[in-house]
Amino acid sequence: MKEVSVLIGGKAGDGINSAGAMVAQLLNHMGYRIYLYFDYPSLIRGGHNFAIIRGAEQGIGTCREKVDFVLALNKETVEKHRSMWHADTVVLVNADLVKGEGQGIPVKEILALENAPDIMGNSAVIGGFAKAAGIDWETVNAVFLSHIPKGVEMNLKVARRAYDMIAPTRPVSRFPSPALPLIAGNEAIGLGLLKGGLEAYVSYPMTPSSSLLHFLAEQKERFGIQVVHPESEIAVVLMGLGFACAGKRAAVGTSGGGFCLMTEGLSFEGMAELPLVLLVSQRTGPSTGLPTYTGQSDLRLVLHAGQGEFPRLIVAPGDALEAMYWSAVAMNLAWKYQVPAFILADKTLSEGTYSIDPAAFVDPPFADSPRWDGSVPYRRYADSPSGVSPLAFPGAKDAVVKVNSYAHDEPGITTEEGPMVAMMTEKRLRKWRGLAAEMDNYSPVSTSGAAGAPTALLCWGSTKGVCTEVAGALGLRVVQPVVLSPFPTRQVRKALEGTSRIICVEENATGQLGELAQQHGITADTRILKYDGRPFTREELEGKVREVLA
Amino acid sequence: MTPRNLITDALNTWCPGCGNFTIQHTLKNILAGMEKEGKSLDDVVLVTGIGCHAKMADYLNINSVYTLHGRTIPVATGIKLANPKLTVICCSGDGDCYAEGLDHLIFAAKRNIDITVIVHNNRVYGLTTGQYTPTSPLGFRGKSTPMGTAEYPFNPLELMLAGGATYIARGYTKKMDQLKNLLAQGISHHGFAFIDVLQICATFFPVADYYGSRVYDLAGNDTGDFEAACHVAREWDYNTDSRIALGLFYQRKAPTFEEAMLSPPVAVTGRQEAIASLLKSRT
Repeated sequence: MKEVSVLIGGKAGDGINSAGAMVAQLLNHMGYRIYLYFDYPSLIRGGHNFAIIRGAEQGIGTCREKVDFVLALNKETVEKHRSMWHADTVVLVNADLVKGEGQGIPVKEILALENAPDIMGNSAVIGGFAKAAGIDWETVNAVFLSHIPKGVEMNLKVARRAYDMIAPTRPVSRFPSPALPLIAGNEAIGLGLLKGGLEAYVSYPMTPSSSLLHFLAEQKERFGIQVVHPESEIAVVLMGLGFACAGKRAAVGTSGGGFCLMTEGLSFEGMAELPLVLLVSQRTGPSTGLPTYTGQSDLRLVLHAGQGEFPRLIVAPGDALEAMYWSAVAMNLAWKYQVPAFILADKTLSEGTYSIDPAAFVDPPFADSPRWDGSVPYRRYADSPSGVSPLAFPGAKDAVVKVNSYAHDEPGITTEEGPMVAMMTEKRLRKWRGLAAEMDNYSPVSTSGAAGAPTALLCWGSTKGVCTEVAGALGLRVVQPVVLSPFPTRQVRKALEGTSRIICVEENATGQLGELAQQHGITADTRILKYDGRPFTREELEGKVREVLA
Repeated sequence: MTPRNLITDALNTWCPGCGNFTIQHTLKNILAGMEKEGKSLDDVVLVTGIGCHAKMADYLNINSVYTLHGRTIPVATGIKLANPKLTVICCSGDGDCYAEGLDHLIFAAKRNIDITVIVHNNRVYGLTTGQYTPTSPLGFRGKSTPMGTAEYPFNPLELMLAGGATYIARGYTKKMDQLKNLLAQGISHHGFAFIDVLQICATFFPVADYYGSRVYDLAGNDTGDFEAACHVAREWDYNTDSRIALGLFYQRKAPTFEEAMLSPPVAVTGRQEAIASLLKSRT
């Protein structure tokens, strides 16, 4: 087998996410590149949770329709996912709860024999899986030692008992590649922000952005940052801007509904020329929508949010490595141009787990605004050819720093004079031109698949993974603008050169990237859209693309 | 060192007789005093909302952030967290702070962030030309309530006592000496300081005579006694006729938010190592 997919399911509270992470690590140590998708309803206990762990020889970012192993912690897992079995799917079940299906693991009995607590039951299932998949005990032992923080010896004993009971029915290949770090998209965003100099993260919990708040709060001492959870998203964005006013690199994070509350603050950010990074991780909308499911329906919102006209950077990374890189870029360019910089993610990216190769990562260049040199009285909004004014912060000797949400003059005093208002508007918009020109220093469009192919899949964000695989199978090319504002028209055109057909693939109902591209003179011939909250599987998209090509 | 000119060249557009002039001069005098005592005004930041009060940002020649309606406090909180060495003063209005941004006020009190919030409480919206605010009396006839309001005002002092503020005072723009003491003490208070300033709006709510016959100075009150502070705060409910106490109602010491939230910074190289070690732990 060149690749393997494992589904593990149970009820909410069964620890499916952490058990899934252990399965992922076992495959990681067998040399596989990993993508883990976690599916859960919006409740705390009792609903059905499952994770699909997929391993392949090459990097991946999507799931298959069928799975090779099913690890069922309850009956529902067997019943709900039977359509995902193929003829050789290996089904391992908790024999206490599931009868008459697959191979049973007597979890209660094993726990009793080892006098182990209930919480270690998943180790029995993981041990059983390892044996069924032909994973050697040394690998199991090493993975447990590295990834179980408490009671590892007893967990190993529990796993071993199950390991000895199950037959190696479907051994998976071992690849020579070394194990790589496995991180979730939101963690990758956090690490990128840290590489970009993050000093403070401010956020109010909202799925699917919350796991970044949790990650940074847990790790804040390791990285020497402040993490604040205020009373509302309104307070979040304004506190973030307070950090920026005082000269600290800050970021905020939310999802669509919380971002709606931030829009007034966003417009203030644009007018006052304050640098702040905003993570907006999309879920299925409108309104409360599907809180724990994915979507790509907020591009138009993020492009246009906030009254008035001001420049903004929007990056939409497609996987963890891109998320790390572009989050660092977002922070640097926010500070270089004193503009809002968005990281537009979605549930698939934010909460999916990916293999990343640190050796493949090059830190983007550090960038910042010039600082006031003290030779002339400080003017917060001093005009310049680039539109960027030198920065000084309260506390700087002899600088009177006046930040203003009103139309203002160069020192930052409110004005209603027409010529000054027009001049300052032009000053702000010049930064947009600078940002657009800046894109020559980066690769704002990712491409994959067959470079010269006449048919291109045009996509953005997390659908990169599935599009790349489908393009690989069908001999198509993939064009994925990572930067969506300023829209890299020239680079997208170049990536599309020689195509005769453009198929736009999006997880929304109205084709928002297609519309944006159209505004820049790039017309997609066909759209393939999905809007049920679930990401495309490889087979699903491949089928739809084949229909279009037929 | 020559003292800083504390007033900018910006044209002052407050109405003649506006109580904001008193607050401006009081702040100017306090700032001049701070400078005289050797404190650098470079370390002071004024944060204002939107409304007549907020023009203070244009008029005082110190660092300022002229924010949004109701949003002084979260911006001020971010600034203080980012640089605890700064002295952060919010000038806010009653519509600003008690209506649009009330949640931030209560949370700032709850957190005991070391900032000073001065509420220019003229009990009417001035800049939007005369509507009721949360502290207008019942039956107030404004442009949005021509038949009179159907809701009672609330008592901001009681709210702040319930919210956990560690410095609670009320001043009056016709009592400038006392106002100066209350603001100066609030600024030097280590923790969240709240001063409700009864400010005369000469155009839309000119109640100087009303206040003049009712205000009295608190004297000899035990400012550490919470129950006593509640009692005296309830004497006037911003609606019915009674004596109106001015002065410091309550003060206590408590740990501040910015101290609790400090994280020792990690150097750039240390951070790269921390990222590498985190990635290793995920392998």
